[in-house]
Amino acid sequence: MAERVIALKKKIKLYALSTCGWCKKTKKFLDDNYVEYEYEYVDLLTGAERERVMTEVDRWNPRRSFPTIVIDDSQVIIGYNEDRLREALEL
Amino acid sequence: MSPHSPEAQALYERLKREAEAAGYYLNPDVDFVLDLMEGLLTNEKRYGYWACPCRLAEGVREKDLDIICPCDYRDADLDEYGACYCALYVSEDIARGERKPQPVPERRGTVPGPSATEHEEELVGFTKSGIPVWRCKVCGYLCARPQPPLKCPICKADRDRFERFA
Repeated sequence: MAERVIALKKKIKLYALSTCGWCKKTKKFLDDNYVEYEYEYVDLLTGAERERVMTEVDRWNPRRSFPTIVIDDSQVIIGYNEDRLREALEL
Repeated sequence: MSPHSPEAQALYERLKREAEAAGYYLNPDVDFVLDLMEGLLTNEKRYGYWACPCRLAEGVREKDLDIICPCDYRDADLDEYGACYCALYVSEDIARGERKPQPVPERRGTVPGPSATEHEEELVGFTKSGIPVWRCKVCGYLCARPQPPLKCPICKADRDRFERFA
């Protein structure tokens, strides 16, 4: 993959639902700001796979709500919060 | 702008009409609401009911009852935050564009539903006729009749969203 020029490289994992408006807004915000991230649409997973991912979500957000954004395995942002995203990603 | 299906458009118009007739307001961001309509339609196909598009449904109606749109938490979230959890329903000032909806924290699981003790109490019925009173868990509508209505006349919630009140 071609390297993209971004000011800061952080590992970002987005846990989302494919049907959720706030999750969509979060993705759009990250895309618009050229942020690279991994994401998982938890509602499209089933069985053991969903269990495994929900265990990850649970560790960061016991309320298990979406979107849950984990940054560098050290910080979590729950819900679509542009200000907090900007701050955490130094945008 | 993302393309939306005619079904989503039709559902939006129906819910808007029903909301306004009952004193509720839909989010004025039509594009956002149409996304939610697509989410509801997807969940209807997937599960057979309108599970909240912003929550992870189990796929079993009994387990998801409280998050079937309109959810049991809508009115409390409207009161406290001016929007329901997914921001389909909003307060009047947000509907008028005077304020923007903010993310609403998940209320599900934070408030015990009608307490267990409440259910343990024997229901004696206070109506002179002895007819039971049913309460819609979504909007609080009360009615005295042998069985709850098939649909709540106020918020259109299904019969299984009613609980015995008296």
